[in-house]
Amino acid sequence: MSQEQTTRTLQVNGEVHHVAFPVHHSLLEVLREELGLTGTKHGCELGECGTCTVLIDGKPLLSCLELAAECENRKIETVEGMMRGNELHPLQSCFADLGAAQCGYCTPGILMAAQALLEENDTPSRDEIISALSGNLCRCTGYHKILEAVEWAAAQLRGDESYRLPESAFYGDQVPGEKVSDA
Amino acid sequence: MHDAQRPDDDQGPVTSDQLRLIGTPFRRVDGRAKVTGQTRFADDLFFPRMVHMKLVRSTVPHAHIVSIDTSRAKKLPGVLAFLTGDSMPVPFGILPVSQDEHALCQDKVRFVGDPVVAVAALTEDQAHEAALAVEVEYQTLETIASIDEAISIMEPRIHDYGDEGNLHKKISMEFGDTEAGFSEADHIFEDVLYFEGSTHLAMEQHAAVALTEETDRVTVYSSTQTPHYLHRSLAKVLELPAARIRVIACPNGGAFGGKSDPFNHEICVAKMAMMLGRPVKICLTREEVFYCHRGRHPVLMKIRTGVKKDGTLTAQHLQTALDGGAYGSYGVASTYYTGALQTVTYELPRYRFDSIRAFTNKPPCGPKRGHGTPQPRFAFEVHLDKIAHELGIDPADLRLEQLVAADSVTSNWLKIGSMGLGKCIEAVVAGSAWRERYGNLPEGRGLGLACGSYLSGAGLPIYWNHMPQSGVQLQLDRSGGVTLFCGETEIGQGSDSVIAAITAEILGIDLHDIRLCVADTDLTPVDLGSYSSRVTLMAGNAAIQAAERARNLVAKGAAEELKVAARELVFAEGRVFHGEDPDKSMSFADAVIAAESRFGTLGTTGSYIPPRSPGRYRGAGVGPSPAYSYSATVVETEVDPATGIYRIEHVWMAHDVGKCINPALVMGQIEGSVYMGLGEAMMEEQVFRRLPKKRSSALVHKHPSMLEYKSPTFADMPPVTSYIIEDPDPNGPFGAKEVGQGPLLPVIPAVANSIFDAVGVRIDQVPIAPHMILQAIEARDRGKEARFGPKSFPEIDFGVPLRVPTPAEGGDGKAINIDEAGVRTGTGTMTERKDGEKGEN
Repeated sequence: MSQEQTTRTLQVNGEVHHVAFPVHHSLLEVLREELGLTGTKHGCELGECGTCTVLIDGKPLLSCLELAAECENRKIETVEGMMRGNELHPLQSCFADLGAAQCGYCTPGILMAAQALLEENDTPSRDEIISALSGNLCRCTGYHKILEAVEWAAAQLRGDESYRLPESAFYGDQVPGEKVSDA
Repeated sequence: MHDAQRPDDDQGPVTSDQLRLIGTPFRRVDGRAKVTGQTRFADDLFFPRMVHMKLVRSTVPHAHIVSIDTSRAKKLPGVLAFLTGDSMPVPFGILPVSQDEHALCQDKVRFVGDPVVAVAALTEDQAHEAALAVEVEYQTLETIASIDEAISIMEPRIHDYGDEGNLHKKISMEFGDTEAGFSEADHIFEDVLYFEGSTHLAMEQHAAVALTEETDRVTVYSSTQTPHYLHRSLAKVLELPAARIRVIACPNGGAFGGKSDPFNHEICVAKMAMMLGRPVKICLTREEVFYCHRGRHPVLMKIRTGVKKDGTLTAQHLQTALDGGAYGSYGVASTYYTGALQTVTYELPRYRFDSIRAFTNKPPCGPKRGHGTPQPRFAFEVHLDKIAHELGIDPADLRLEQLVAADSVTSNWLKIGSMGLGKCIEAVVAGSAWRERYGNLPEGRGLGLACGSYLSGAGLPIYWNHMPQSGVQLQLDRSGGVTLFCGETEIGQGSDSVIAAITAEILGIDLHDIRLCVADTDLTPVDLGSYSSRVTLMAGNAAIQAAERARNLVAKGAAEELKVAARELVFAEGRVFHGEDPDKSMSFADAVIAAESRFGTLGTTGSYIPPRSPGRYRGAGVGPSPAYSYSATVVETEVDPATGIYRIEHVWMAHDVGKCINPALVMGQIEGSVYMGLGEAMMEEQVFRRLPKKRSSALVHKHPSMLEYKSPTFADMPPVTSYIIEDPDPNGPFGAKEVGQGPLLPVIPAVANSIFDAVGVRIDQVPIAPHMILQAIEARDRGKEARFGPKSFPEIDFGVPLRVPTPAEGGDGKAINIDEAGVRTGTGTMTERKDGEKGEN
C-alpha cells in the first residue's frame, strides 16, 4: 500500500484545516486521526452500516467511502458542529431526552442523516424519516425512539407548538426530559 | 456534645417521604455526551507515540501449526515487533473449568479466525501490510463441522479435555420422579426444534489500547463488559501481579454479551505495550468481530411434556444439544442455562434435563442477550401453543392456569420472589384484543402469544469467592458534590444513570451533583461486570447501602447544627430539613460541612452479595438469581400463503420490571429486546460454508459482513406497544428487577405461534424463512404434516441422571445418587476406553 502523503485544505464545521495524510485515507480516517474529531464513529469501514455518516455539501454521505483527498473545497459537517454554542441542537436534546441514544455509537451518524433530512423537509412523515435513515443500523433501540426524537425535533425546529409527542413516548402523564432541580 | 449521643440517632434519618427521581423518565446522565460525540469509546483514544497492532488469524479451521515465518514481514517499513504463542504459554478462559484459550495459538488452530501472530507497526496500514506478509504453514486436521460430527468423530479431538471425544460437556439431571409424572398425564406431547446461532453485531468493533507508565505496570483500555474478569486473565497470562495491571472499561458501543469474555487481542496489546514501552492500539475489523463471536449457541432440542386434560403439566423431559464452536467460553454455563429456567414460569412439578455441548471448528459461542435461555424458551412456548391447540384451551388461559407462585421454590430449587407474569399476560391479551381476535382473523393473518423470564443477575460469580459481587464507594466533599466509584460498566443499558439516580434519590440531591468514576480497576471497587442483567440489582443495592451510610453521617452533622434528632431529618431538593418543621433546614452542602467538621473526611462504602440459593446439587450454581423478571408478548403477523413471505404487523410486550428506576430506559430496553428478538426470529444467523475443494474446502463463515448478515433496519421494525408491569421484588433496589434481556425471550416463539394462527403450519426452527412456511403449506396440501423443522434428536447415552428430589418430595436440595450419576448405560466414555486400551497393552 502506498505510504505517499498528500496535503489538502479541508473545511470542517466551518473551520479551515490544512492537513497532511496518506493519500489513500478515507475522510473517516482523516477526521478521526488527523483532526481529532472522534465524534464520527465507524462500524464496518465498508459502507454497510451508516455509522460514519457525515454531511458533505449538505448531503449525508459515508465518510468511510469518501477519499479525504477528494473533499477539498467541499463543506464537511460532523456531529461536533451540531451544537449552538453550549446549547444542544434540538435533534440532540430530543435524542437525549427520549432515550434515542442508548450506547450512542450509531447516534452521530443518525443525527447527521436526520439533520440533512430536516434541512430539506421540515415536516417529514414517519415514512420519509424511515426512508432517510434506512441506511443506518442501530442495535440498541429498536428504532422507535429515534423516529419519535426526529419528529419531536422537527416540530421544535419549525416552531410547531401544537405538536404533541405520541402516546408511546409518555410514561403515565410524564414527558421524558432533563431533571435538574434549581436547588 | 448535645444530642449527638441520643440512642435513636443510630436509627438514621428518613429519605424524602416520596420518590422524586426514581420512577420518572429522566435524561440519562451520559445523554449529552452521547449526542455530541463526546463519549470516548476505546477506539477514540489516542496517545502520544501510539503504535498499532494487527493479528494474523488462521485461514484453516483445524490444523497443527508447522511453522511461522516473519522474515518477509520484518523487512517492511514501520514494523516494530511480533508476538507468537510461545511468548504467552499460560492458558486462559472466562470460566475456571475451561481455561482452554491462549493469547496466541500454541501448536494448533481450531477455527478460521483463530489468532496466531501479533504484529506491531508505526501505523495501522503498516501493521496490516506486515500481518499479510507473515507466512504460516499448517498441517490440516479433519474438520468437525456440526453437532452430529462432534458426536460421531471421536478423533481428532479439538481439545484434549472435555467429557467425551469432541463433546465438551454432558449433563443429565432429574428433579423428582419424572416417569411417575408422565404416568399421571392424560397426554404426552413431544417436539423437536432447532434454534440457529446468531451474533451480537454490536455497532462498535472491539478495540483496546494498552500503555505502560512504569516498567512493571500496564494499563489496558478496552471495549469490555467485564473489566474485572479481564483484569484476572491479564494477570494470569502476563504472569504479573494483578496490582500492577489496570483495566479501564470504556463505554461500550453496544455489547449484548459479545464483549464479556477476555479476548486474545486485549492480552496481546498489553504484552506488546510492555515489550515496546509505548502505547499500542488494536481495533478489530468487522470481519474479525464475527470471528470473536461468543454469540448465541445453535441448539437442537427435544421437549417431551406430560399434560392432564385440563392443561396441568405433570412432568417434562428436555434434551438440548449445543454447537459450542472451538472454545469453552461461557459454554458450560450456557449448557446448564438451556435447562435451568424452564421451571420459573409455569408449575413443572417434575423435570428432567439432558444436554451436550459439542466442540466444532467454528468461532466460539458464548453469551448473547438471554444467554442459553432463548433457545429452550422458544421450544417450550411453541410446544405449549401446540398443547393448547390440541387440548382446545386458549393459549393465554393454559399459561394463566399454570403460573408459578410468587415466593415459592421450583422443582429444580430456584427461589422465586415477585412474579408478575399473570399481569403481563393480561396486559398483552387486553392490548391486542386477543380474546376477540385469536383464531378468528382471516386466513393469512395471525396472533401468537408467548412468555418468558430472566435473571436479575446470576446468583454466583464466575469464580468461587466470598466477596461482594458489587461494590460502591462514595466520597462527599465540601462543595456538596458526591463522587461515586463503582466498577460497573456502561454498555448502553444505562447503568451509570441507575446508580447515580439511586444515590441522588437517597441523598436528596440533584443528579448532576453526582460525579461518576466507573469501571476502572485501579480506582473503583469491583463490580463483576455488565452481564446476566445484574447491574441494576447488584450495583443498585450496593449504591443504596453506601448512600444510606452517607446520609446517616451527614444527618448526624446536620442534626447537631439544627439541634434536632438525626432520625427526624429529611433529605430532599438539595436540602436537609426537619420533617415536621421544614424551617429547621440547611443546604446539603452545609450539612456535609457540618458532618466533615465532626467526623473528618467523609466517605462510605456499600456492597452486595446475593442471597444463597437453596439448591445444593452439582449444577445448582446456574439458574439462581436474587429476582426473576417476567414478560409476555403477543405478535400479529401477516403471511402471504402463496410465497411464504411474512410481515410482523404489531408487537404488544408487557414486562414485569419490579420497579422502574427510569421508565425511559426501561422502555428503551423493552423496545430494543423486541427488535433483537425479531431479528433472531426472522433473519439473523451465524452460519458457515465449505470453500470449494480447489480452495482448501475450509469451513468458513458464510457472511462475516454487516451487509450480508441480515439484521432488521428502520424499515423492518413493526409498531411496538409496551406495558411496564411493576411487581416489586424484596431483593431489588426499590423493588427493581431486570429488563435488558427478558423481553427478548418471548418474541421468538410468539412469531412462530402467530404464523400458525395465520396459515395453520408449524415452523419449529428459527430464523423462519419464507421457504419454510411455503414448504410446510405444501406439505399440508399433500396431506403430510403441516410443519417445517428438524426431524429427530440424536441418540445420546446420557447415563444415569443426577437425581435431585424436589421440594414437594421432601428433598433438601441435594442429589441422592452422586456416585452412580453420569455412569453410562451403553458404551464407555473416552476415558474409560483409553483406560481399557492401556490394560490390554
